[in-house]
Amino acid sequence: MPRYPKPAEGSWTQHYAHLDIEPISFEDSVSPEWYKLEKEAIFKRAWLKVGRVEEIPRTGSYFTKEIAAADTSIIVVRDGEDVRAFHNICRHRGNKLVWNDFPREETSGTARQFVCKYHGWRYGLDGACTFAQQEGEFFDLDKADYGLVPVHCDTFAGFIFVNFAPEPSQSLREFLGPMLLGIEDYPFGEMTDRYSFKVECRSNWKVFADAFLEFYHAPVVHVGQHPVHLRAMINQNGYEAPHYQLDGPHGVVTTAGSLHRGWEMPPENVKPADIATRSGLFGPWDHSDLGELPPGINPGKIHPWGLSSFQFFPNFAVLIWESGWYNTHQFWPTSHNTLLFEGNVYSLPAKSASDRVGREMAAVSFKEYSLQDANTLEATQLGIEAGVIDQWPLNDQEVLVRHFHHGAKEWVRNYQREKV
Amino acid sequence: MLPSQFAELERFAPTWCLATENERWNQRMSSSMDELRELYDATLPRVPEAMAYCDKFALDDLPEDAVNLLRLVYSFVLVSFAVELWGQTYPPDTRGTDFVRLSEPLP
Repeated sequence: MPRYPKPAEGSWTQHYAHLDIEPISFEDSVSPEWYKLEKEAIFKRAWLKVGRVEEIPRTGSYFTKEIAAADTSIIVVRDGEDVRAFHNICRHRGNKLVWNDFPREETSGTARQFVCKYHGWRYGLDGACTFAQQEGEFFDLDKADYGLVPVHCDTFAGFIFVNFAPEPSQSLREFLGPMLLGIEDYPFGEMTDRYSFKVECRSNWKVFADAFLEFYHAPVVHVGQHPVHLRAMINQNGYEAPHYQLDGPHGVVTTAGSLHRGWEMPPENVKPADIATRSGLFGPWDHSDLGELPPGINPGKIHPWGLSSFQFFPNFAVLIWESGWYNTHQFWPTSHNTLLFEGNVYSLPAKSASDRVGREMAAVSFKEYSLQDANTLEATQLGIEAGVIDQWPLNDQEVLVRHFHHGAKEWVRNYQREKV
Repeated sequence: MLPSQFAELERFAPTWCLATENERWNQRMSSSMDELRELYDATLPRVPEAMAYCDKFALDDLPEDAVNLLRLVYSFVLVSFAVELWGQTYPPDTRGTDFVRLSEPLP
């Protein structure tokens, strides 16, 4: 018997008519040709989250972002209330405009203008070319024709998104849809204590994201994060989510909080370090008071609520936790079988040292389980790439995995249809 | 390095009062399990008291010995995973990867 009620159709998967229940192919995760299509169809057409507004607090604050999946680097810069994005390319001879020491690495800072390191051309924060070295040597050069190439840029809840399409087919808000818009009023902007992480992994970006779309693996891969005497029980119980929801290409999974309320559990079932620091995997036990929260963060109205993991198609996730903090995952492909995995943990500014210790416990837990995931997913990629098998059964707790691959394929097919 | 009432932890201070997670992680990886257990066993009973001691000061104005104490507690948090869960310095089956902390609030 399921622990939580399923939709009337009998399963979350069958609740959504566009999904079938057949085994699926992961050919989309091993093929260099398919990855080339995904770059054009998805990464050059979908809205991609590239940062947060707090990263560029003042006029002239900027960061660069390397986006291999769109074959480019961008500059994201604040100019007053506006956040703008440009291709990071000098219009004179193509030199990458903003970089330091290492041409392929990202950088950030504050500038009044951008000056090319090659021949000294200058650009304002609005992208306009303001100076060409020895302008008189050129032939009828009109600087107005040589501004930086803009990239469509918009913000949602303080998250900065870009879109590389010449004309995006949807606005950012249309693309996100009502389910994701429902978390807009969460106080993301107040959560400025940030722990950030990064690693390069050898797996396809979707195979990697798949592990963050389901918690079916948690009682196996991560069972070791529980006290020894509980592991067999947790493993045997497996995982069930009380709520899944899909909206367009996006999705959410909610986890109940019952297993992780350390302050309600008998002490022998809690790690001694959690008791000592009053924190753990699910964050500090003394919850941050965030005031009234938007109902959209717990769309299934689950109690006790643990967390909701919102999947922003194609490569971003926001996990909002009961104890008053959030973290993000992002999966940036660098080839058909490699990616950059970025993680961030965000909280309200700590008011005291013990606040900090609680957040440190959450951030360390995040790293320990992320390491377990990252290494496992390289192993998964190897198994799929062997090419021995091409049909893989997915269960109902993996509905977001099925939906994600389905959505990514749809984007590629739509792109192919439009090209014809 | 530490406030006087934490004198029995002073022997860990030169090794474990480290400012960043990168340094603490490298120290955990290069220590033996006996060394990690020694730190863990000695620090665990004093953690609530250490946090209360640091909480007497504003977070952005901690005296140097309190900063060291806070860093020792951070090291305890990191080492607790090796001692309580894994029985080895690194999480099982994770040797092929890393997850580098690029930034963090300080102290």
